[in-house]
Amino acid sequence: MTDLIAKTPCAGLLPVSHGGWSLSEVDCGPITWLAPFHGQAEALDAALQTAHGLGLPRPGNSTRAGAARCLWFGKEQVMLTGVEPGDALAQCAAMSDQSDGWAVVRLEGADGADVLARLVPIDLRPSAFPDGAVARTLCQHMTVTILRENVDALVIFAFRSMAKTLVHDVETAMVSVAAQHAAP
Amino acid sequence: MRIEGKGRIDRGNKISFRFDGRDHHGFAADTLASALMAEGVRLMGRSFKYHRPRGVLTLGSEEPNALVTVGRGLAADPNTRATMQEIYEGLEARSQNRWPSLDFDLMGVNDLAAPFLGAGFYYKTFMWPKAFWEKLYEPVIRRAAGLGALSGKADGERCDKAFAFCDVLVIGGGPAGLMAALSAAQAGADVILCEEENGLGGRLRYEDEEIGGGRAHLWADDMAERLAAMENVRIMTRTAVTGAFDQGTFGALQRVSHHLAKPGKRPRETFWRIAAKRAVLCAGALERHIAFRDNDRPGVMMAGALRGYLNRFGTVPGRNVAVFGNNSDAHRTARDLAQAGVNVVALIDSRHDAENLAGDVPFYPGAQVVRGLGRKGLDGIVLRLPNGREERFAVQALGVSGGWNPSVHLTCHMNGRPVWDERLLAFVPKDGAVPGMRVAGAARGRFSTAECLKEGADAGLEAAKALGFSGDLPRVPDAEAGRYRIGRLMAVAGKGRAWLDFQNDVTVKDVKQAAAENFRSVEHMKRYTTQGMATDQGKSSNVLALAVLADATGREIPETGTTTFRPPYTPVAIAALGAGAEGKGFAPERLTTSDESTRARGAPMIEAGLWYRPSYFPRAGEETWRDSCDREVRMVRENVGVCDVSTLGKIALQGRDVGAFLDFVYANTFSTLKPGRVRYGIMLREDGHVMDDGTTARLSETSWVLTTTTAAAGQVVRHLDWVRQAFCPNMDVRFVSETEQWAQFAVAGPKARELVNDLLDTPIDGEVFPFMACAERQICGVKGRLFRISFSGEHAYEVAVPARYGASLFGLLADRAEAMGGGAYGMEALNVLRIEKGHITHAEIHGRTTAFDIGFQRMLSGKKEFIGKALAARPGLLEESREQLVGLRALKPEQPLPAGGHLFETDAEPIRENDLGYITSTCFSPTLGETRALAFLRNGRARHGDRIRMVDHLRDQVTWCEVTDPVAFDPEGGRLRD
Repeated sequence: MTDLIAKTPCAGLLPVSHGGWSLSEVDCGPITWLAPFHGQAEALDAALQTAHGLGLPRPGNSTRAGAARCLWFGKEQVMLTGVEPGDALAQCAAMSDQSDGWAVVRLEGADGADVLARLVPIDLRPSAFPDGAVARTLCQHMTVTILRENVDALVIFAFRSMAKTLVHDVETAMVSVAAQHAAP
Repeated sequence: MRIEGKGRIDRGNKISFRFDGRDHHGFAADTLASALMAEGVRLMGRSFKYHRPRGVLTLGSEEPNALVTVGRGLAADPNTRATMQEIYEGLEARSQNRWPSLDFDLMGVNDLAAPFLGAGFYYKTFMWPKAFWEKLYEPVIRRAAGLGALSGKADGERCDKAFAFCDVLVIGGGPAGLMAALSAAQAGADVILCEEENGLGGRLRYEDEEIGGGRAHLWADDMAERLAAMENVRIMTRTAVTGAFDQGTFGALQRVSHHLAKPGKRPRETFWRIAAKRAVLCAGALERHIAFRDNDRPGVMMAGALRGYLNRFGTVPGRNVAVFGNNSDAHRTARDLAQAGVNVVALIDSRHDAENLAGDVPFYPGAQVVRGLGRKGLDGIVLRLPNGREERFAVQALGVSGGWNPSVHLTCHMNGRPVWDERLLAFVPKDGAVPGMRVAGAARGRFSTAECLKEGADAGLEAAKALGFSGDLPRVPDAEAGRYRIGRLMAVAGKGRAWLDFQNDVTVKDVKQAAAENFRSVEHMKRYTTQGMATDQGKSSNVLALAVLADATGREIPETGTTTFRPPYTPVAIAALGAGAEGKGFAPERLTTSDESTRARGAPMIEAGLWYRPSYFPRAGEETWRDSCDREVRMVRENVGVCDVSTLGKIALQGRDVGAFLDFVYANTFSTLKPGRVRYGIMLREDGHVMDDGTTARLSETSWVLTTTTAAAGQVVRHLDWVRQAFCPNMDVRFVSETEQWAQFAVAGPKARELVNDLLDTPIDGEVFPFMACAERQICGVKGRLFRISFSGEHAYEVAVPARYGASLFGLLADRAEAMGGGAYGMEALNVLRIEKGHITHAEIHGRTTAFDIGFQRMLSGKKEFIGKALAARPGLLEESREQLVGLRALKPEQPLPAGGHLFETDAEPIRENDLGYITSTCFSPTLGETRALAFLRNGRARHGDRIRMVDHLRDQVTWCEVTDPVAFDPEGGRLRD
């Protein structure tokens, strides 16, 4: 029997660094889409607490416990990352393995919001978009989800198929802003 | 010339640049205009229409005359205002709209023909003969008229766009703007301060006055430092706010690297979209001209600009200078010039009762300048004294002030109309014209520095308070508080051409002519004369022109009204607005996991939605795409082919009510589908037309996977969301796209099972895995999915694995298929295979066809309700005379049947009235050895066997063909089964 070889979405594209910023691929581990069945949001919240020690995030937010993070991902939808979902979750929520569906990249460096301001039409400065905040928004022409991990790190989830465009667009912005931050 | 001891620029830092091929020198912080003026250059451009010699008129972005092209080739930037272009080492600028040279412009003959070229000239002259317009008149006019030209080549990625956010946006960094930013920021608001010049201070940079006992321009420098040190203030210089839009959004253009000798990786410009909760407009005011004969001679400039060049750059355009105004502010120019030691020949004030505020200069109250003398440069003026006597003065420069117009532009961008102020003889903004925006300082008609400081401080604090911040007014320093007085004088009476709009060459006579021809509305006058329509948008001419129009039509100015100011305030390159979206940036590229391998096999790619898919896989010896395509089709029909179908939409549905939900969205029934089975379905829009088709697999009791066509995936998810939220909120159904999660490959052909079994951990046979079966299966040790479905009409499977393994599995499948006499196939072969089988795509379900039309009427279940059912039953959609899906075969096998070709009876004239239908899909079928097509034909199902004529008017092709059933190959479907 032949073995299949796994390839990450941004293989060969990352990491890159410009100015004070670096862009690298993130291995989130398992990524599971969860959507509570009709009337089961509270049950899912409790099941998440029991299984992973975190609850359902509020809209525009995420919850975290150890390696596990749960991101709000739209109306009545969340994405559980970093852990294999506990079996009990299936009792109260629809589940879909999305581990291979997303190109996930981390933009690290001070004022990453300055870079993404070239691409993203929402305010990503820490004052408006603090640690743990999540937004479904645009990155140039792509629909993405953005998570602020900490003051110096923003994580972008884009469609796997768009990985090349994502890296191109973010890197172009990094180059431009890095040049503008440098003394003339 | 440069005046010793004057100016606020660093004379230790000498910079060389070129203008029209000649070397020049200036100092750091000079603009191109100030540096050229210092070197004695007065002639900087030629006018749009008459090619008249023109020199610099202003010192800001409103400049109509001194437009140059900076740089060469791709990097050439036309219509750059010399007043805004900062010089740098190696700067290369060229004048525009002249041939062969600026000094000797042959097109200057236009000026001699001026009596024939007045307002409405084009409309009256170029009407006949009709055909001449496109071939002769327009090209000639376009060549003769115009400003700078673009390189004609793609620009490359030289611009950026960006977004910014703030509580309070302060527009303009003059005294009012500085105080507004300070008071808002001190109250705690997040402030953005935009200033279109390269530093803060506004007019203070150009005036000789005091604030708080010190030099005003130094006070501005101190304020700039103080604001820059505040964490909640973002200062954006070289950034012109160009438009005010809905909900506190403002457009702004930042000139990022125009001023740099080595821009490096910096963009040339950045177009900002700024979202502000409140805004304070402190855009200042612009000085206007007075129309008199030959008031456009190089050397005639705005009085405020004349003293601005002196105070800031230490430059004047000549040794002997006069000043002509109708207001008190003009006196400051005479005063500053005289104090600097320039010979002020005359201060002329048209007001009879004016007092001399300029000190010891020859003063002519009640007099008017009636004419400028000289051609390529001013060498004198003619003065008419109150007693009617005329006097000549030799001067090289004349500063003119017809009064100041508050910069109301942004307040008009949301349809606000400015209000005429009879005391200022100018339009002032209407309160609340833009929601959330206040206006302060000169932009509101408060012209003294003291008023500006006070108003700015008030407005900034008010804006912050409106957002819930609180604070005290900052201390407002003492400043110049002189009163502005003006007497009405717009145009000096007399013969000859008196210029209003310098950029579009519009004279007083043109406006009067427009009025005489009954273009009395200000909007009609504008369009008839082209006044205000050039890149400066009439900043210095609008008020004059409408005053002349008001006089000519016997009305007052408020009654005459004003034209509408629209964004942008200053020109914005399309390249900046659309930055990042040129070329491939237009849309994201979606690449499959097999992309690399596919390209490595030499496949040309075609776009399907945003996806890139292989067209065909060329092999040695194949000369055309048809060679490859034919071989790939035969490969599938005879051996086995592999095709990446990951691009099809895959939507996972879960919950107890999925069956009921699918029954509602699909026309046919799904709730009866058993786990482990797949069913084909069609989905209608509410209007009864077909929206999409595809297969849905039931993997388990509660878990389903619905597939969509590649292009309609997004639309179908949106549709499902809408149906669930609008009609089925209580159903227990949840769904999500899994398109990106799975790499999926079709394996088709008589040897498909042999190939699939090669990779399955547990092999299958026809019994455990019949046609339309599905299951989760281990594929090379990986948990995957297997579907036995077929688009090609062959025994076929679709194999899915998590996308990380996609590249690997595709390589494996393609290699093994090749070893079996098959291989990978592309979209061309896929298309041929499905046309042979009469399978539809969006070429057929293009949005205007119904299930009836495509022969699927019996799929519409009578036992249940579903979206589109009622409207699909409209009698008009069920008439036999409708165009129905048929197959076509060319009677001469190799003759083409192009998609888009229309169908006619054999004896009918091929005109629209006789049109019977059209071809949607076409191919040469290597299997059948003839050209086959799918088409919609009137009453087509009843016409199988008939002969008709295909006419393609575009490609000039006529083909005789026979109508057939859409399914041309294996109509019983035996090959699908075992």
